[in-house]
Amino acid sequence: MPTPNQVVSLDNQIEQWRSYLSRRQAIHTVDIAELEDHLREQVATLVGAGLSTDEAFLVAVNRLGNLDALSREFAREHSDRLWKQLVVVPSDSVAQLARGRMDAIVAFCLAVAAAVLVKLPALFGLDLEDDAHFYARNASFFVLPLLTGYFVWKRGLDQSKVRWLAVAFAAAAVVINAYPFTEDGPTLVLAAIHLPIALWLVVGIAYAGNRWGQVAGRMDFIRFSGELFIYYVLIALGGGLLMGFMAAIFQAINIDVEPVFEQWLIAGVVGAVIVAAWLVEAKQSVIENMAPVLTRLFTPLFAILLLGFLATLLVTGRGIDIERNALIAFDGLLLVVLGLLLYSISARDPQSPRGPFDVVQVVLVVSALLANAFALWAIAERINEFGFTPNRTAALGMNVILIVNLAWSAVLYIRFLRGRAQFAPLEKWQTNYLPVYAGWAALVVIVFPPLFRFI
Amino acid sequence: MYNAARYTKSVRTPTLKSMDINKDLMAASSTPIVLAILAEEDSYGYAILQRVRELSGGRMEWTDGMLYPVLHRLERLGHVDARWQVAESGRKRKYYQITSQGRAQLAEEREQWQAVDATLKGIWKAIRASLPTLNPAFAPALAMAA
Repeated sequence: MPTPNQVVSLDNQIEQWRSYLSRRQAIHTVDIAELEDHLREQVATLVGAGLSTDEAFLVAVNRLGNLDALSREFAREHSDRLWKQLVVVPSDSVAQLARGRMDAIVAFCLAVAAAVLVKLPALFGLDLEDDAHFYARNASFFVLPLLTGYFVWKRGLDQSKVRWLAVAFAAAAVVINAYPFTEDGPTLVLAAIHLPIALWLVVGIAYAGNRWGQVAGRMDFIRFSGELFIYYVLIALGGGLLMGFMAAIFQAINIDVEPVFEQWLIAGVVGAVIVAAWLVEAKQSVIENMAPVLTRLFTPLFAILLLGFLATLLVTGRGIDIERNALIAFDGLLLVVLGLLLYSISARDPQSPRGPFDVVQVVLVVSALLANAFALWAIAERINEFGFTPNRTAALGMNVILIVNLAWSAVLYIRFLRGRAQFAPLEKWQTNYLPVYAGWAALVVIVFPPLFRFI
Repeated sequence: MYNAARYTKSVRTPTLKSMDINKDLMAASSTPIVLAILAEEDSYGYAILQRVRELSGGRMEWTDGMLYPVLHRLERLGHVDARWQVAESGRKRKYYQITSQGRAQLAEEREQWQAVDATLKGIWKAIRASLPTLNPAFAPALAMAA
């Protein structure tokens, strides 16, 4: 008979065996339970035949067969398991099940609320086309407060924090609606573009819950933002397909559905943000993050593009032809490079050693900075001629912000590559920089309009 | 530390009669054997393996784990139903039960195997004289067959 000691050690051994088995993707928890029942019965029989528990365990495990072969057999029978499926509502335990379901219900209700909210002004006679400026000013408020609310609920944020988040939204709403903007003027357009960027930080604070103060909390928010963007694009593509088919089949019976689209498209546009956010949350640990995969793919390509551009510039001796929108184009370039850098940092294990991809990353950042420097140099010569319009000032300010970020990132990355520093400072620098973007965006919303007399 | 290699290394338990039934034959016969055992009564993995050992007199040694993918395949095909039930040991155990579709499948397999068996019996008889000395382990079985 096994002594109590032996029982404990058998349980330990089985526990280890189970955790080892659970790493096999093709073998699920229920299968492990089934195999464990088998194992225990086999052990009991062998112990009954006079073996010690340890011996019995070893023999029983051996009889189960080679794990690689076994998991291959399971994979052949359950080939679907090699593709991670999104189980929106996990069913491991009753509590989890209830939580997942509750989550889905809340997200769905909020998405519907966003759709209703965006249609609400129409009841007061505000038309999407005739009162476009109203919608441009308030676009953020149809969805971001609800998204923030979702995370406030999900993370169980304290009252005091919620109050501050609400104050931020209220203040933004007052500023953007009280300013006497010229209709369709550049300051209004700039404010409309920058307001969501500033308010995205508020969403982030809610998202991170009580972890905003930590690098990891802010990094999670960066990951969330990237995945949200990708999911949103995918949903939008699906929505486009749906609308295309709808138009086509109704066309077949001579009904024009375009007015319906015009009315309801916007409801889908805002609702999808919350659905996408919920999906990102639900699939977080189930499916590989997409943003880092895309980064891996495009970082080398962008690096080659930029090196080619610089080489051509040097060989042909051409100056950059600066027209009005050149600065915005280079802002876009720096933004893409920053995105590539950010999402490869977000997926990098800080402990893993330096590799060739790190070198490509540094080449990308440095060449982007050089290309941008050429552009800035060309612009500086003619800035007096062009004058400081709101658009140009905003573009220049953003350029400076991006340069500062990328330049210091390059320094930190090179230090890391040369073995002088760890990877963590780079991560810290990027996450600490998040409020700078929001601060600049807030500046454009709040200070620019009076500065340029609301033109 | 848990030493994975200890458990993944394939150790062949030497069968007493040192007779290996070829892998393809094992795979082909697994469906009718499992279905037939389940046709006797509802059962579960370990007991099915025990029954196989008993029936074959220890000559059919399945690698224990490999039975489960077979059971899962039969379940997917609808030949068996599975249910989780608390066994007398107090552990949860997955029991399998043959379905009517499984019985039909078993009848079909049985016909096929009987056809193969009859063919082989015929040929064994015809060439008995020219066969080389047999492994003694075969002798009783063959004598019975003849």
